[in-house]
Amino acid sequence: MLELYGTKLESRLLLGTARYPSPAVLTEAVRAARAEVVTVALRRESGGERRGEGFWSIIRGLNVRVLPNTAGCHSVKEAVTTAHMAREVFATTWIKLEVIGEDDTLQPDPFGLAEAARLLCAEGFEVFPYTTEDLVVAERLLSAGCRVLMPWGSPIGSGRGLNNLFGLTALRAHFPAVPLIIDAGIGVPSHAARALELGFDAVLINTAIAQARDPVGMAAAFAQAVEAGRAARLAGPIEPRDLAEPSTPVIGTAFRG
Amino acid sequence: MKILLNGAWRETAAGELSALLEELGLAGAVVATAVNGEFVAAAVRAHAALSEGDRVEVLAPMQGG
Repeated sequence: MLELYGTKLESRLLLGTARYPSPAVLTEAVRAARAEVVTVALRRESGGERRGEGFWSIIRGLNVRVLPNTAGCHSVKEAVTTAHMAREVFATTWIKLEVIGEDDTLQPDPFGLAEAARLLCAEGFEVFPYTTEDLVVAERLLSAGCRVLMPWGSPIGSGRGLNNLFGLTALRAHFPAVPLIIDAGIGVPSHAARALELGFDAVLINTAIAQARDPVGMAAAFAQAVEAGRAARLAGPIEPRDLAEPSTPVIGTAFRG
Repeated sequence: MKILLNGAWRETAAGELSALLEELGLAGAVVATAVNGEFVAAAVRAHAALSEGDRVEVLAPMQGG
């Protein structure tokens, strides 16, 4: 069973809530994915139409845990203030910490990320840092107090899957006991299955499901892939070989010798 | 006086953050607030005085990835 900051979860598929065609489809997709954790955000609200409350009541109706993010923050200060605001609105100490360093790739600013993580962990937040596969950054985040890491597969929304297999495999091997959640870049269920086969603990999916032609169908497909990947990991995959090895026994082969 | 509300200049008669939220039709709404980059908890909005040129952020729950 997956355990994140003391919370035990059956599902290893975490869902983003953005870019769905409608709230009804989002609701059905969360159910089809059998997700227990969804990410949410804060955005400006200047008028009295209270759009945020409508969304929030839908999420509360799903009976899942929320993981607020600091998406769009480009500095330590912005991220820390957003985390404070999210803690009050969503009544949770969980925070998916994003400090964006570059707009074309939306890749994390590792320096700002480590600093923001240090400040927030010291205040009692339970930080889920959106990071790269860099081992040194991961060490810094852990020494800042993070007990979960969220390395990217590839840039957010790109659908390119696990871009740096070597780096991600090394990260998994180097931190065997730290929950690692692949966040960002997963495009199709086979990417998710691969992540779980490699020993990652969970995946967070948004665009690949929300923007699919049938998001509910895709959510169900991802749920199966994540379960299959995890089962395969536990079952112990064989090592790849460079040359063929006959699967049918060669002793007693007809017409030979 | 003029304040910068969510990135746009706005004329307001509100002396405190709580009065501004009332003016906006957001009294009692599920929102979080910050003034000049610092979080202001809901419990202290009534005492959070606003000044000319203050940068006020009012944020609500929204879809996120």
